[in-house]
Amino acid sequence: MKYLDEFSDPDLARSLLRQIHAATTRPWALMEVCGGQTHSIIRHGIDQLLPEGVEMIHGPGCPVCVTPLSVIDKALAIAARPGVIFCSFGDMLRVPGSGRDLFEVRGAGADVRVVYSPLDALGIARDNPDREVVFFGIGFETTAPANALTVHQARRLGIRNFSLLVSHVLVPPAISAIMESPRCRVQGFLAAGHVCSVMGTSEYPSLSQKYGVPIVVTGFEPLDVLEGIRQAIVQLEQGRHETRNAYPRAVPETGNPVARQMLADVFEVTDRAWRGIGTIPGSGWRLTERYRDFDAEHRFDVTGVHAAESALCRSGEVLQGLIKPHECAAFGRVCTPRQPLGATMVSSEGACAAYYTYRRVAG
Amino acid sequence: MCLAVPGRVVRVSVVDGTPMAEVDFGGVRKDVCLQYVPDAAPGEYLIVHVGFAIQRLDEESARRTLDEFTRLGLLEEEFGEVP
Repeated sequence: MKYLDEFSDPDLARSLLRQIHAATTRPWALMEVCGGQTHSIIRHGIDQLLPEGVEMIHGPGCPVCVTPLSVIDKALAIAARPGVIFCSFGDMLRVPGSGRDLFEVRGAGADVRVVYSPLDALGIARDNPDREVVFFGIGFETTAPANALTVHQARRLGIRNFSLLVSHVLVPPAISAIMESPRCRVQGFLAAGHVCSVMGTSEYPSLSQKYGVPIVVTGFEPLDVLEGIRQAIVQLEQGRHETRNAYPRAVPETGNPVARQMLADVFEVTDRAWRGIGTIPGSGWRLTERYRDFDAEHRFDVTGVHAAESALCRSGEVLQGLIKPHECAAFGRVCTPRQPLGATMVSSEGACAAYYTYRRVAG
Repeated sequence: MCLAVPGRVVRVSVVDGTPMAEVDFGGVRKDVCLQYVPDAAPGEYLIVHVGFAIQRLDEESARRTLDEFTRLGLLEEEFGEVP
């Protein structure tokens, strides 16, 4: 129990843990979808405080991790073009493509800039009318509203030298894909709280019913995660499989209707490849026809880019909860946060990076 | 970029026809787009992700989260100098 004093409210943490232990009569495997939850679980040792046999499986909820190699390679090809300013969130720069990463492209002379918000990239476009500014639009439903508004804004303000390399992914189809895998061991989900802050909770009850799994919408602070685990286990022990909202302070049932309307205007559902997992039907967004001019893939010809996955990296299996990070032979040896092989090691929210940082290595 | 962080609205404005705010995240101030929470007022707390407010949050929850993030060094990670 060495970690307990590190909780913001150790007494509440103890009480939640007592309830979890009292409710648990057999082993259960739960998946936390959000990378922030994974980070919280490992950082606070929550996995080690749970009853024997209760296992937390780390899900694919890290946008940096799941961005497909082919899209990284397209980003590298576009960033290397003369006259392009390529803007990205900082944690994408170290994600390895088939050969190199955005840092190396920048080192070779490309203009690659780190921004905090996509609106910053739009500002750069306005300030550099003779250059093409491309923003790397990755992320889940939480990030997509920012990119949607930025494209909408570009059109409204008549900024023509701006485009988006879009690789948005959606959580509910990923849950379906995980449950339909023949090797699936997941019996319940902690859904990603801030995805639901935007999208609401209406997509989840049908998944709970179809797959017979409790889905508990959960925040990512340690106490939120413990409460999510408690609610999921209580349901499993009682043979129930419902969707519950354990994060109501940030998640109204309807999400954010203004953001959802903008998303519906700017994006449409498409099949999307996930790094290491493969293509999941209907699991992503792309720009609608109306915004096609702002699609970097439309503006720059990147059809000749071919991706080659590392033969050593098993991040796809990690993302699906089929293996733990340290079960990969490359983990901590040829693959470290400084020299990452796969994206789960690159991002600090990635399961491999979390295991590496907190020395969560078996044996 | 995964993180959504609570912050307090310091002042609001309209830039290029879009509602914006200066938001304080435990001492770090950033410009935040209010398009999706357009009627947010100074003093209110918001959940902010990549420069966009996505929801309101009550003050107590926001303060608790900010304290936790500060203690764990996560604010620095999110807003600190990136390479």
